[in-house]
Amino acid sequence: MNRRDFLKYSAKGIAGLTLPLSTIEIVSPGEIFADKGSGTRWVFLVDTYKCTGCGLCVKACKLENEVPYEANVTRTWVERYVLTKDGKVWADTPKGARDGFITNKIDLGEGRFQDIKNEDIQKAFFVPKLCNQCEYPPCVQVCPVGATYQAADGVVLVDRNWCIGCGYCIMACPYGVRFFHPVYKVAEKCNFCYHRINKGLKTACVQACPFGARMIGNIRDPEDPVSKVIRNGRVGVIKDEFGTMPQVYYIGLSREVV
Amino acid sequence: MAHGEIWTLKEFFVTPNEYIYWSIQIVMYPFMTGVVAGAFVLSSLYHVFGIRQLKEIARFALVFSLALLPVAMMPLQMHLQQPMRGVEIFITPHFTSAIAAFGIVFTVYFAIVASEIWFVYRKFIVETALSLRQKTDRTMAEGFWHLTYSALTLGSYDISEKALHQDERAVKILATIGIPVACFLHGYAGFIFGSVKANALWMTPLMPVIFIMSAIVSGIALTMLTYIVVMEIRGFIAARKRTAYDVFQSTDDIRGIETNVIRITSKYLLFFLIFAISLELLDLIFRGYTALKTWDILRRVIYGKDFFDIFILQYGIGNLVPFILFVIPGLTIRRAVAGVILVLFGVFMMRWNVVIGGQSFSLTYAGFMHYIMPIIPHDMETFKEGLFGALLVMVTPFVLFWGLNKVFPAFREI
Repeated sequence: MNRRDFLKYSAKGIAGLTLPLSTIEIVSPGEIFADKGSGTRWVFLVDTYKCTGCGLCVKACKLENEVPYEANVTRTWVERYVLTKDGKVWADTPKGARDGFITNKIDLGEGRFQDIKNEDIQKAFFVPKLCNQCEYPPCVQVCPVGATYQAADGVVLVDRNWCIGCGYCIMACPYGVRFFHPVYKVAEKCNFCYHRINKGLKTACVQACPFGARMIGNIRDPEDPVSKVIRNGRVGVIKDEFGTMPQVYYIGLSREVV
Repeated sequence: MAHGEIWTLKEFFVTPNEYIYWSIQIVMYPFMTGVVAGAFVLSSLYHVFGIRQLKEIARFALVFSLALLPVAMMPLQMHLQQPMRGVEIFITPHFTSAIAAFGIVFTVYFAIVASEIWFVYRKFIVETALSLRQKTDRTMAEGFWHLTYSALTLGSYDISEKALHQDERAVKILATIGIPVACFLHGYAGFIFGSVKANALWMTPLMPVIFIMSAIVSGIALTMLTYIVVMEIRGFIAARKRTAYDVFQSTDDIRGIETNVIRITSKYLLFFLIFAISLELLDLIFRGYTALKTWDILRRVIYGKDFFDIFILQYGIGNLVPFILFVIPGLTIRRAVAGVILVLFGVFMMRWNVVIGGQSFSLTYAGFMHYIMPIIPHDMETFKEGLFGALLVMVTPFVLFWGLNKVFPAFREI
C-alpha cells in the first residue's frame, strides 16, 4: 500500500465510523429531569423583618448537609447590617453566624472588632443568604466538564463524582455561595436541601427557623403561600444587575444589602 | 480546614465562603501559556513575514515553545482539587465554559508546533538517520539515535530540492495558521478571566487582548534570555577550549552574532511592550472615568492595597525601567539581560495583579482579602499551591528543552 492509498482508506474508514456514531444521541442530565414533566420551580422567600440573627438555620444546615461544623465554610449564612447615625454602614457575619450574633461588636476580621454603642445605632437588621438557584446560573455556564447543572425544577446541583475542583464556578458566582467541601474536595453549594424537598419536607434551615423568616415554595403553583407573596407582595432580589435572575426573594430588603 | 483558608487573610466585611481560591498556580498558568504563545509568534515573524534577521533565534524559539507547551498545562493540573479528573476536560468538555476550549485549542496548537518542527528539521532528521544507517559498527547510543531519527522520518526520506521546497512552504503555512492559534490559545486564557462577570476587576473585553500582548512580550523576553544564556555558555566553552565550538570559530564570532540578534529582537519586544502597556492603561483610565458602582472598591485596591504591586513592581520596575534600558542606544548584552529579566518580572506581576488582585476584594465590595503565599510546604496542598510548586513549573521547560535540544539541535546550522 502506498501512502496515497493509506490516506484514502483512512479517510474512508473514519467517515464510515462517524456515521453509526452520529446515530447515538447525547443526553444531558437536564433533559432527563425535564422528561418527568416537572411542574415545580423551587423558590425561596426570606422575610428580613422576622430574622433575629440567632443562627439556628446555619447550624441546622451544617448538620443536615454534613458540612464540617468547625470548617469556616457554609452553605447558608446570616449577615448583620448596622447603620450608625453618622451614616456609616457596618456589616459582618462571624463564622457565617453559626453561633448567632452574641455581641454588639462588629467583626472586622484579623481579630479586630468595632464596638458600637446602642445609642449610636440608626437602624440594624439581619439578612440570611443562601444559593439563589438562578434562572441563568453563571456557575453552570462556566463549569468546564458539566459537573454542575440545573435541574428542571430550577435547583442547581453538583455531581461530586465528576467535579474536577478547578474553582471556576466559585469565581463565577456573584453571591459567594460556593466553596470547596473540606472532605470531598469538590465544589459545594446550597441545593435547597434537595434530598428533603423532593420528599415533601422543608429545607433544614426553614425547619429550624423559630420565627418563620425563611420559606420555600413552588412559584409555578398559584396556591402556594410563598408563590402568592412573591406574585402579590413587594419583594426584592440581590444583585440582579448580573442578569442571573436570582430566585431567592426578600421582603424588606434595604439598599445597603449587597 | 477549608481550601484557601491557610493563605487567606480577611479584613472587614467578607462573606464566609470567600477565599483566595485561585492562587500562585493560576498566576503561573497565564504566565507560562503567554510565554509559549510569545515564543511561537517570535518564530513566526521569521517564517511568515520573512524577517531574516530573526533566523538565528526563530528556530530556537520554535523548539523552545514545544518545550514550554506541556508546562502550560502543568499549573492547571496542579491547582485542581481532583487532579486525577483533569482529563475530563478532554472527555466531556462543556462548551459554554471558556476552560472547556482548552482541550481543543491546546491539541491543535500542539499539532501545529510539532509538525512545524518536523518540517523544519526534516532534512536534518533524514540526513542523520541515513548517516547512522551507513555505519556498520554502531555503539549503543548511536543505535538509539538511529532508531529515534529513523522513526522521526515517518518513512519519508525524500530530501530532493523539490521536496525541501515543499517543506518550506509547509512551514510557512503552518506558521501562518499558528499565529492566530497561538493568539487564541492565550486570548482565551484572558477570556477565562475577562468573562467572569462576578469579578469587577476581571470583567473587561480588553482582557484577552491585554493578555495576548503581554504574552508576546514575555515570550520574546524569555526566548531572548535563554538565547543569551546558551550563547554565553557556548562562548565560555569556546574560550576555555581555545578551539572552534560547533559552527562558531571563536568567542568574538559568537559575541557578534549574539549582539546582533539581541538588538533586532529587542526592537520587537519594545513594540509589543508599548502596545501592552497602552491597553492596560486604557483599561485603568476607562474604569476610573466611567466609575461604576464597583469603582470605589477597585480604587481602594488599585491605588491603596495593591499600589506597590501595581505601580512600583509592575509598571515601574517591570515596564518603565526595561523600557528605558532598551531605548538607550547601543544595547549591550548585559543591559539586554537586565532588561528582559525585568520585563519577565513585569509580566509576571501583571498576571499576579490580575489573578490575586482580582480576588483581593470581597463580593460585598466592603472587605478585603490578602494572599499569603505558602513558602515552606508542610503538606501536599501548600507545596502545590506555594512557592515550590511555582518554581517546579518554572524549571520544567528548561529541563524539557535540554532533552528536546538533543533531538532537534536548536542552535546548530542544519
